[in-house]
Amino acid sequence: MEQFFELLITAFLIMAGLFGLVGSFGLLKLNDAMSRLHAPTKATTLGVGGVLLASMANAYANGPYLSVHELMITLFLLLTAPITANFIAKVHIHQRESRNSLPTAGEDGAWATKNLPDTDEG
Amino acid sequence: MKLLQRLLPHPILTLLLTLTWLLLVNGFSLNSLVFGFGLGLVIPFFTQPFWPDRPRLVKPLKVIQYILLVLYDIVVANVVVAKIVVFKSNANRQPNWVTIPLDLRTPEAITTLAGTITMTPGTLTADVSAEGHALLVHCLDAPDPEAVRDDIKQRYERRLMEIFE
Repeated sequence: MEQFFELLITAFLIMAGLFGLVGSFGLLKLNDAMSRLHAPTKATTLGVGGVLLASMANAYANGPYLSVHELMITLFLLLTAPITANFIAKVHIHQRESRNSLPTAGEDGAWATKNLPDTDEG
Repeated sequence: MKLLQRLLPHPILTLLLTLTWLLLVNGFSLNSLVFGFGLGLVIPFFTQPFWPDRPRLVKPLKVIQYILLVLYDIVVANVVVAKIVVFKSNANRQPNWVTIPLDLRTPEAITTLAGTITMTPGTLTADVSAEGHALLVHCLDAPDPEAVRDDIKQRYERRLMEIFE
């Protein structure tokens, strides 16, 4: 049984390390700002998730009791990751995109970030 | 019944806060259960004015189904994005903006959809249209933007429609 948990913890840690590495590699390799946003938001959720799973398995196998703090961290991470990504994307739209470089906004005519008076730069 | 509704304006939030407290305490005891429930009673009562038109969850079971689906998709998303990052050259990759017209109208539902899109395969919500009738989504690698749009509408928006509206 101990052996099984050792293997399980190791597997989670290796998986987490790999995804963390790929996320960081993506930051270096991808060539435009919006694409670079994808790598950390996705790859790190599973990277951090793997470490947390390993931590839970370790607490269950070796610790005095089952630890559930990790579930909370996962939950808060999943809730906050999209918001950070959205804010960075909005800054990008503000500074690097124009009304013409974005697709049409359907029936509303403009995207919220670019919904400025005409005198402003579009 | 009326009194109970005024004291417990948001029963699901009460339950959620109690559970969150127990998880934060990292163990079950009667003390923390009572204290957590106390928080669960007080917080919804005082934050009531912040939720003037909160949506009623019509089908709570569908929520659990949706969360499981999204969790599964997050795992798949990680693998898909990792593959694109490592194996696809920048010249072969086709990043793209996609407009997703929305049928959802509840702000909470749209927020959930936007969060879901950001967490799932190679897509990222960047903006919402001026009146909230469309989402601007960026795709890491989408040779066919229409397929992405239909996929998101079919897979997530349809389910959120069932949950919220």
